[in-house]
Amino acid sequence: MSNQLKTKEKKVTFYIDDIEVTSNSNETLWKIAKKNNKNIPHLCLKDSNNYRPDGNCRACMVEIEGEKNLSASCIRYPSEGMKVKTFGTRVQKNRKLIFELLASDMPLKENCPDPNSHFWKQYESIGLDKNYRLPAGRPGAQSEIPIKSILNDISHPSIAVNLDACISCGLCERACREVQVNDVIGMEGRSHNSLPVFDVKDELGNSTCVGCGECVQACPTGALIEKSFMDSYGVKREKYPDEVKKSLCPFCGVGCQTEVQLLNNDILSVNGRNGPANKGKLCVKGRFGMDYVMSEERLTKPLIRKKESIKNPEIKINFHNYHAHFEEVSWEQALDFAANGLMKTKNIFSGKAIAGFGSAKCTNEEAFLFQKLMRQVFNTNNVDHCTRLCHASSVAALMEGIGSGAVTIPFTAAEDSECIILIGANPEKNHPVASTFLKNAAKKGTKLIVLDVVKQNLMRHASHGLVFHPGTDVSLLNAMIFTIIEEELYDKEYIKTFTEGFEDLKSSIKLYSPEKMEKICKVSSKHIREIARVYSKSSKSIIFWGMGISQHTHGTDNARCLITLSLITGNIGKPGAGIHPLRGQNNVQGASDAGLIPMVYPDYKSVTDDEIRLKYEKEWDCSLDNNPGLTVVEIINQILKSNIKAMYILGENPAMSDPDQTKTRLALSQLEHLIVQDIFFTETASFADVIFPATAQPEKSGTYTNSNRQIQIAKQIRTPPGNARQDWELITEIAKRCGHNWKYKEVKDVFNEMSIFMNSLNNISWERLEKEDAVCYPSQNINQPGDEVIFSEGFPTKSGLAKIVPVSLSEPNELPDSKYPLILTTGRLLEHWHTGAMTRRSYDLNIQEPEATVSMNPEDIKKLSLIRGEMVRVETRRGSISLILREDRNISMGILFIPFCYLEAPANFLTDSSLDPFGKIPEFKFSAAKVVSLKEAV
Amino acid sequence: MHTKRDISLPKGREVKDSKIKYIKKLLGKLPIKRDMLIEALHLIQDQEGYLSKDNIVVLAEIFNISRVEVYEVASFYHHFVILNEGEKPPNKIKIRICSGLSCEIRQSSILKNLINEKFKDNFHIQSVPCIGNCDKAPAVQIGKRSIENADFNKIKNYTTGPFTPQIPKYETMDKYLKSGGYKILKKILNRKVTSEEVIRVLSESKLSGLGGAGFSSGKKWEIVRSFDKPRLMTVNGDEGEPGTFKDRFWIENKPHRLFEGALIAANVVGCEKIYFYIRDEYPACIEILKRELDKLKKLNLVTVPIEIRRGAGAYICGEESAMIESIEGKRGIPRHRPPYIAEKGLFDKPTLNHNIETLIWIPEILEKGSEWFSSQGWTKLNHGLRSFSVSGRVKCPGVKIAPAGIPLEDLINLHCGGMQDGHKLMAFFPGGASGGIFPAKMAKKPMDFGVWEKDGGFIGSHAVVILSDKDNVLNAVKNTIDFFEHESCGQCTPCRVGLNKISHLLKQNSFDKKLYEDLNYVMRDSSICGLGQSAGNCINHFFKFFNKN
Repeated sequence: MSNQLKTKEKKVTFYIDDIEVTSNSNETLWKIAKKNNKNIPHLCLKDSNNYRPDGNCRACMVEIEGEKNLSASCIRYPSEGMKVKTFGTRVQKNRKLIFELLASDMPLKENCPDPNSHFWKQYESIGLDKNYRLPAGRPGAQSEIPIKSILNDISHPSIAVNLDACISCGLCERACREVQVNDVIGMEGRSHNSLPVFDVKDELGNSTCVGCGECVQACPTGALIEKSFMDSYGVKREKYPDEVKKSLCPFCGVGCQTEVQLLNNDILSVNGRNGPANKGKLCVKGRFGMDYVMSEERLTKPLIRKKESIKNPEIKINFHNYHAHFEEVSWEQALDFAANGLMKTKNIFSGKAIAGFGSAKCTNEEAFLFQKLMRQVFNTNNVDHCTRLCHASSVAALMEGIGSGAVTIPFTAAEDSECIILIGANPEKNHPVASTFLKNAAKKGTKLIVLDVVKQNLMRHASHGLVFHPGTDVSLLNAMIFTIIEEELYDKEYIKTFTEGFEDLKSSIKLYSPEKMEKICKVSSKHIREIARVYSKSSKSIIFWGMGISQHTHGTDNARCLITLSLITGNIGKPGAGIHPLRGQNNVQGASDAGLIPMVYPDYKSVTDDEIRLKYEKEWDCSLDNNPGLTVVEIINQILKSNIKAMYILGENPAMSDPDQTKTRLALSQLEHLIVQDIFFTETASFADVIFPATAQPEKSGTYTNSNRQIQIAKQIRTPPGNARQDWELITEIAKRCGHNWKYKEVKDVFNEMSIFMNSLNNISWERLEKEDAVCYPSQNINQPGDEVIFSEGFPTKSGLAKIVPVSLSEPNELPDSKYPLILTTGRLLEHWHTGAMTRRSYDLNIQEPEATVSMNPEDIKKLSLIRGEMVRVETRRGSISLILREDRNISMGILFIPFCYLEAPANFLTDSSLDPFGKIPEFKFSAAKVVSLKEAV
Repeated sequence: MHTKRDISLPKGREVKDSKIKYIKKLLGKLPIKRDMLIEALHLIQDQEGYLSKDNIVVLAEIFNISRVEVYEVASFYHHFVILNEGEKPPNKIKIRICSGLSCEIRQSSILKNLINEKFKDNFHIQSVPCIGNCDKAPAVQIGKRSIENADFNKIKNYTTGPFTPQIPKYETMDKYLKSGGYKILKKILNRKVTSEEVIRVLSESKLSGLGGAGFSSGKKWEIVRSFDKPRLMTVNGDEGEPGTFKDRFWIENKPHRLFEGALIAANVVGCEKIYFYIRDEYPACIEILKRELDKLKKLNLVTVPIEIRRGAGAYICGEESAMIESIEGKRGIPRHRPPYIAEKGLFDKPTLNHNIETLIWIPEILEKGSEWFSSQGWTKLNHGLRSFSVSGRVKCPGVKIAPAGIPLEDLINLHCGGMQDGHKLMAFFPGGASGGIFPAKMAKKPMDFGVWEKDGGFIGSHAVVILSDKDNVLNAVKNTIDFFEHESCGQCTPCRVGLNKISHLLKQNSFDKKLYEDLNYVMRDSSICGLGQSAGNCINHFFKFFNKN
């Protein structure tokens, strides 16, 4: 029950075990006791601010003078003069009996799934031993878990369930329902049959469980536990870590801090740390997906392509046969070969014939070095990375509008907000931990407006969940802007003080009334007006968006509309209000900040700005190119035109991630010299001339910047396999071999050099990061936390004002027609990261989504006489792939959804490489397609 | 090792559109609000005789809540039968045979076995906790039809139906109006009397809460009124305490007196809505209230909207905060206090909760004056009239309106026609299963609040169960413990596990007094609510008064 009233904070003086204590009245007795070095035993209480105390186990009972019954200290607050006893005959007798009661229904300690659990530690700490007085309440109690116990469930790939050891404390339920809001676990029945269940008492492996493992981290008995610890029956713990180290999750832009348990250099399990972005939480990838690091497919030796091996656009080489095409060589040979190839290209054609793809998965330091290598050593700005494929359009609009490409507010601020718009994003799948903040906010009453072209489970929590027609974002958003202006819901004062361009907007928006736009976006004008009102009338509103906004030929326009919404309502630059494009990769913010972008140096300083360039030329002692370089898709196009001859690709996989793969792979096969630096033999590696085995994230040290602008440090926690080397060292080695004697001794030296150029790093030193683990930029003072909310007093534009940019409607590049009647949209799955290079090599993750599927509405399936589960062929003007048909009621009629992580059926053979004119981002989210049964096709 | 999931569907059990259509039709005009979940479950259960997991998933989809939220609620209440895959659906009509103590001593368990043997192929036969017909033991329900003083032949006669509730003759609205009913309410509505005046009279009458706690009603009104609006009111008609049937008696006799009492309370305290929570074991009461409420609405007297909710078979929902959870459509789990429901109750609003009988007295008190009521006690120390539910070995069991504080002897002799022939008083429960069990020698003590506490018991809801020398006290204790073990909500360790242990020990015929004492100790001291705190009273009394050997 969440009904403990929190009294308003005031100081009270009272007594704990006769000692006078002064404390806040809104702090629980348990916490105050702990502060006073009295550790009261606890079971159903998790010692964390993120969990609600429930007071059900009654282990923490204390005696309060004058009260008839004992009181649970975890839910009790002090009052003036209260006399509390945390021990004594009565308290201790009760406490021992509670533990005795619980233990009498559990297997013997040594037969418990986790004899090392919190429960047994507490049991022993209060002086109890194995002396059982009470009858056993269930089979196996006071002995061992029965064979085939009905309380054992090992159906889930990552979690073992042994409710024989369960004490019904409900921590798993709170973990699942209140902390993560995944809503899978509940307590069944009543009396002594009250035990956790999944969904409608389904097997965990067949439930809607998303595998976040929060329950495992919360469970005090090991009744729910990581399978990685357990024997093959999932009943008995076999493994214990030999080291526990701090780290960071390597997957998405949320930036969860982790605590990794290692055994013999292998990652055994991962827990969430209380980081600023995750507050102890993790998702399935971060907790159970780290085994990719130990994959037998890791590259361990440098490789050079055999002379006789011909590059084939149809990828035929993979981990299992690459030895026929590549020769293992020494590092010296590989590095020399790589550097010589680049120098040869530079000497024959010029640096402009060279391009580099850095990675948003690597550290800030690696990103910085990589762009420095391309710029300083090869005199080219042809350096880009996958931000081009995700938020380039958002960044273009943000730079134009508010002079900064980053978020103005962290996603954790959702909980301070009164209204949240989430559009074109599916954070439950792609930013699961960020979505927990949105769901918690919605539960507390924040209006959550979810706008998407398909239904998504987050809509269950939304005050308004609306499905609109794909590619019609601008009509919907312009109609909202229209409403706000027509109904005068805009913030006149804010507009006057902080923006320019409102008058233009006011006149151009007249064309876009909700009544006209409803026919285009297929959302009723009533609903459009309603959400516009809710958003503008609430005093603090945030907009979150994702690839559904950005990955369009009109992606920049979409983002402009969102920026306009926030500017005209003054919903920016104050607590609980702002704009937040959810960043995809763990370091896409950092890699962009560090200059892995063809038109800008670090901190988004234009390469055409002479003053800036001179500073770099001076520091780096070289001359630099003053022309913006080429972007990702442009580079591919220029390879085909023979203008780009050589490439260095670090940790990216364009042979999966880029649009129109027929073209992309042909281009990659035509490169004269390709260096691929990666941890796996990726699809891109099959086109390489030389391959550098690199380090995975836990094997290196460096800093990463998450979606919230929080710079976080991660240290090496594991030795890399074989001869794999540090990425920063390899970049340095190439520079050295190309005539630039870089003198970095360690990663810190790179960070320090970055600090020279980047104002965003002011007051954020390597040492500070080591001490604090995370600091949000910008930071005004070394002693104060960074600014989470920015732009409260204007914008970093020339005028100091934000620019409102009106936009008009434009259609997607390719509309459905009679030949291709359906709309294909691509994206990700919860379990698979990006092109699947990492996650498909994680057993736990891949087993949950092992095969390529195309999702379709059941009605469409019926209409086309298809059968779910059958193989179908999906075709667009650019190609076709075959995959399994999935029936999904969330998908709207007329739409196909395909995740792009499957090598067997690469979705990007189908996608359109037409670009947004400003962000140069391809239209991944919209292609005209058709689907046929493979039976028919044969 | 793990299960391979079907990748042709999203994770989790499939939701079928056809089922959604079917369930939506079944729900009809039911408002789709979170707090109506239990009502929705009833509609499916009534129609199908069980809840399939597929339908639970569909209901979750319709209510826009998670699957487990529906499942855990459905699995909490005994009147819902969840069907697992591969299980044979139960027969649609249930025969419920009461296992409460008063029925048990009249051989209800033997009757159950007989019925089970003969009718299990056509009916779903259940042994159920007290169904509040203790004066007509053994009590049985077939469908919604009550069978009093049941035996095999009687039940057999009813197997052809009807299965609808038998509506007893009650005081109709016309009759109530003719006898001056709703006069007081009208006076209050017409502001002929101030709220302060009403509260003063009520306080002076010394009317106490007759759900069992005995808290002063006048004081309660003042407290609830002191919290900010909006306020709500709940009427607790979930009398599940074994041996108690007085609330049923009142609803089945004087529904309008109840409505008047409730509307007076809501008007005076300033509550904006009244929720009646009536136990599902009383289908006739629910029918009467719905019927009469419709009539009453036409008189424009229902100035505060009234909603009638069905319980679903959970004793714990008689506990006010558990009842509130249940009205909110959740599992009936008692809340921690503080805060008290007067401050933060139903939907987190300040809430006035009253027992049925308490409300019944209000119009009469306001009509006849506080002195009339307060002077009704057996002695000057006792105040008011009480409805005693008397069952067991007396000649004329039933609801007895008697002065507060009347000694048990006198209650038996003056109101119940004495003991049953051939039976001699040996033991009695003064306040249902939780109030403890006392020996005949204590039958001279006044039956009132504050008397039995010093001996580790209480008068509670005034449910008096009389045992004679022909009965076995230990069996009565076992019956009582099994009841509590079955009805524990399972939230806190001492009650959930402790009762299970006591039940086990009793079944093993253990007489390890120290062990029972320890279990009682932790249950009394550390349980969250009154159920766990008092469930062990009878065990204590057994050792104290009856187990001299």
